[in-house]
Amino acid sequence: MIETRKLTCIDCPKGCQLSIETDNGKVMGISGNQCKKGEEYAKQEIENPMRILTTTVIAEGLPLKMIPVRTSGPIPKAKLKEAIEAARKTKITKPVQAETIITKNFLDLGVNLIATREILA
Amino acid sequence: MIKRELIVVGGGPAGMAAALSAYENGVKDILLLERDQFLGGILNQCIHTGFGLQHFKEDLTGPEFADRLIIKIKAIKADKAIEVSLQSFVVKLTDRKVVTYLKPGKFEEVQAKAIIMATGCRERTREMIPIPGDRPAGIFSAGLAQKMINIEGWLPGKEVVIIGSGDIGLIMARRFTLEGAKVKAVVEIQKESRGLVRNIVQCVQDFDIPLYFRHKIKRIIGHDRVEKVEVVAVDENLNEKPETAFDITCDTVLVSVGLIPENELIEMAGAEIEDLNTTSIPGIFSCGNSYKVYDLADSVTRDSEKAGKQAAEYLKRI
Ligand SMILES: Cc1cc2nc3c(=O)[nH]c(=O)nc-3n(C[C@H](O)[C@H](O)[C@H](O)COP(=O)(O)OP(=O)(O)OC[C@H]3O[C@@H](n4cnc5c(N)ncnc54)[C@H](O)[C@@H]3O)c2cc1C
Repeated sequence: MIETRKLTCIDCPKGCQLSIETDNGKVMGISGNQCKKGEEYAKQEIENPMRILTTTVIAEGLPLKMIPVRTSGPIPKAKLKEAIEAARKTKITKPVQAETIITKNFLDLGVNLIATREILA
Repeated sequence: MIKRELIVVGGGPAGMAAALSAYENGVKDILLLERDQFLGGILNQCIHTGFGLQHFKEDLTGPEFADRLIIKIKAIKADKAIEVSLQSFVVKLTDRKVVTYLKPGKFEEVQAKAIIMATGCRERTREMIPIPGDRPAGIFSAGLAQKMINIEGWLPGKEVVIIGSGDIGLIMARRFTLEGAKVKAVVEIQKESRGLVRNIVQCVQDFDIPLYFRHKIKRIIGHDRVEKVEVVAVDENLNEKPETAFDITCDTVLVSVGLIPENELIEMAGAEIEDLNTTSIPGIFSCGNSYKVYDLADSVTRDSEKAGKQAAEYLKRI
């Protein structure tokens, strides 16, 4: 099925309005972009959108109730829900620093779940 | 009375950057006062990315941005060059540069030769924009809701309508959605959002949240708790178009309608804010969101470094 989709490129603050021809979810042509990054953005965003997840996990026995975490890199947008459920079940019981790995190879997505702040005992 | 070269009030990015830069410019007797248990200010609750692209050339979360500055402060080994005092709530400032603060079980008065105020901003509340209707529970400012979720770990509502489409409102739309609440609408009276395109895409469109431009909340309805809001379209002069009114059921309304600098202490000292970081009293400075409301923590940090330098130069002059 051939469709035209509109996207705003968010690679830089210019925010070019892209018009993308797609055929069964595959990008066929792009217009409206002012640079090559727009093309890459549109292709990624249409074919496999990726997002960084930032959320909090429960802390136990530490001076904070919640500890902010993130994925060390972007994960498929379609996996966000599953990822947040997994983060919700995670607990931190030992002091951490920013970048301490909480879960290695989080959900087999090739990224780690890492803390984003320090918390001492 | 205890005397100090420089007192910095507020341990957000502004206060930390100002203290660090004053130190780098030769001030070696600095007291940094923060009312919270931790340094970092509002950044601690801004767990999303979007910080640091200019200052650190990396896309950091708020806590990571704060952490970078905290590490620099801790790395200063010279004894008491920057003394950080947490849980220290400043309640008074005088034109003679006397700072009064409360610490658990203590009441302290310190006089400094120079003062930098970096107390941040507060949110405009529902009381400051006219929304008729009931006054039930369930109405929060967006930043307060952010603190409840990200710091306290509890969700203030299940069905949410957000008033205002600035970045904080948009960020909270995503945060509530990820936490399992249903964001029923973001309602914006203007014809477009002041927020970043990236936030419109990743916080609202990603989750198919309806964003109503040129609409306003006509009434909030609810007995004990919010039950619904009445929404109405407005024309280009912001006049209501009554025939367009419709209801949205919800238990929570978030108000995200802007920030105002926190300047009570400066006013108490009889000072007024002047050009970048200065006030009408020589030697009393104001930086970061208490000087003016900034969009980016990066710009806060850059300008607050200037405040530290300005204070250091003032101290050399007197
Ligand atoms: C909800 C929200 C979301 C944001 N999102 C982004 C974003 O995505 N990207 C970005 O770049 N910027 C963002 N910003 C802006 C950025 O975070 C702020 O501009 C920046 O943190 C302001 O720094 P500050 O140090 O001036 O104020 P704050 O961080 O507010 O720090 C002020 C500090 O002063 C302390 N204080 C106040 N009064 C007293 C007193 N009387 N005694 C002792 N201590 C006191 C407070 O406890 C606080 O720690 C956001 C801001 C808010 C409010």
